[in-house]
Amino acid sequence: MSMVAEAPLKNAVPTDQELIDFVVREARLIDQQRFDEWLDLYADDAFYWMPLEWNQTDPRLTCSLMYEDKLLLSIRVERLKGARTFSQKPKSRCHHVLQTPQVDSRDAAANSYVTWTPMHYVETRLEEQTLYAAWATHHISVENGRLKIKLKRVDLINCDAAFGNIQLFM
Amino acid sequence: MTRYAGNAAALRGLVRDQEVHRDVYVSEEVFQLEMEHMFPNSWVYVGHDSQVPNAGDYYGTTIGTQPILLVRHTDGTVKVLHNRCPHKGTRITSETCGNTGKFFRCPYHAWSFKTDGSLLAIPLKKGYENTGFEQSHAATGMAPVRHVRNYRGFVFAKINDGGLDFEEFFGESLSSFDNMIDRSPVGQLKVAGGVLRYMHNCNWKMLVENQTDTCHPMVAHESSAGTVVEVWKKAPPGTRKPMAVEIIAPFMSPYEFFENMGIRIWDNGHGHTGVHHSIHSDYSAIPGYFEKMTAAYGEERAKAILGENRHNTVYFPNIMIKGPIQLLRHFKPIAANKTLVESWTFQLVDAPDMLLERTLMYNRLINAPTSIVGHDDLEMYERAQEGLHSNANEWVNLQRLYSPDEAGQTNVAVNGTSEWPMRHQFRAWTKFMTMGM
Ligand code: FES
Ligand SMILES: [Fe+2]
Repeated sequence: MSMVAEAPLKNAVPTDQELIDFVVREARLIDQQRFDEWLDLYADDAFYWMPLEWNQTDPRLTCSLMYEDKLLLSIRVERLKGARTFSQKPKSRCHHVLQTPQVDSRDAAANSYVTWTPMHYVETRLEEQTLYAAWATHHISVENGRLKIKLKRVDLINCDAAFGNIQLFM
Repeated sequence: MTRYAGNAAALRGLVRDQEVHRDVYVSEEVFQLEMEHMFPNSWVYVGHDSQVPNAGDYYGTTIGTQPILLVRHTDGTVKVLHNRCPHKGTRITSETCGNTGKFFRCPYHAWSFKTDGSLLAIPLKKGYENTGFEQSHAATGMAPVRHVRNYRGFVFAKINDGGLDFEEFFGESLSSFDNMIDRSPVGQLKVAGGVLRYMHNCNWKMLVENQTDTCHPMVAHESSAGTVVEVWKKAPPGTRKPMAVEIIAPFMSPYEFFENMGIRIWDNGHGHTGVHHSIHSDYSAIPGYFEKMTAAYGEERAKAILGENRHNTVYFPNIMIKGPIQLLRHFKPIAANKTLVESWTFQLVDAPDMLLERTLMYNRLINAPTSIVGHDDLEMYERAQEGLHSNANEWVNLQRLYSPDEAGQTNVAVNGTSEWPMRHQFRAWTKFMTMGM
């Protein structure tokens, strides 16, 4: 399970490669179920957004599958550890296949970087294994010399389909 | 093997005073009979008329497993049509909603129909001359569902001619719809925010029963709501309680809370939890809302409307509404062991947006396929669906707070942890299943 610990940025402004590595690292932490370290990649005011509608623009007055701040994300992470979390007995496992993240925009003055990552995500539990196709958009900024996620948006290709349980993180 | 078809006595035998046979959940044959008899004999929810605001607007859905359409006719009324071409059976529309203009046109051979279903035109019509076509079933067009009722925007339909009329079927239970609608200062709701669709590998009745199951939240939801309570305890003192915590934490309320909140029983399987208070009672006030309500209704009436905190109102057979948060869950049967749960949300017309925001947050946190509360529940339903295949015991126990004189009683309020509503749903199930058999 070893993975080189996240290193501080070399310079105040991240390179494209540093942004790409960061996005890949996030997926790996989820796949390895290192959820506390994963949560640490998120800024305190971050949101994780999984829209319900195709091309959704509003998370407030249009419903989403997920639109969660760090408190709600940390509740999910705690719940996954719980002794009485029966929907995780046995535990789900998941697997990301990412295309190389593309750096869509970089604005050092505003401390805002955006990457776009097409991906396949597999979640499995007991006999069932489900494949999802999605695009992840990461809005990233630098805090104290480290990259942090301000917003992660996951657009499922079939966002409006009826799903069974999706229990982990895409 | 047919065990139940045409055998009312065998079907009645599945429901005893305090227990039901597992076949009501696991038997495909019983499921097919529900589709043939119980759903067509009942007033089933179709949709809300705000989904079809303009002439020609349609919305495709199901009654039981039958495809139907809700459509706004040219005269402004809403019609419910079987979504099937009278020619060769082709489904007329495949998109869930849209506008068809003045008529429907079948995509296969271009027969066309007015928005009340009547046949408008057939290409090469002369090919039917002297064939007796006028007497055929096909000549009547897209079959309408004849018994349709639009109750303050909520559209219900009954496929069979027999059975009860609308008022008789619902009786006093419509007061929960009234309360939800009256929460708009102009007494009007609008479908808003999008629908959450969640597939369940279990029988549809497990979901219906669960709506009045008040002994499960503090147990099955300890993992989600319990974690919310624990995590929230660590927040620095004085931190304002977020809306999400207000929504989920009350699921951990103790047994006494649920006992005292009460359950009301109406006729025909309908009933609601939360007679005196509910998990929705202690939400923060939304700025500006009460003022609007007072201006519209006067203070006393506004207080009475907002003072109702009904929790879940179950309408037999397959919906549940939450008046205080303007939400409707539709449990759509697909097979004995498969159910699509649709959770619809409504905007209170002329009320602050913040109410819709809370409604949507509730829906997302509790009813989404990504919801931790939803995961807790679905795990239990699926385990039940599997466990029922054990031959050790063919009966499901619904005995909690049973009293021998309860059958036939209606409009009574009882202890909030009673399983009376479930027994009551199954009495209705027997009635509408065997009606006319
Ligand atoms: S099937 Fe519809 S016109 Fe032939
Ligand atoms: Fe539940």
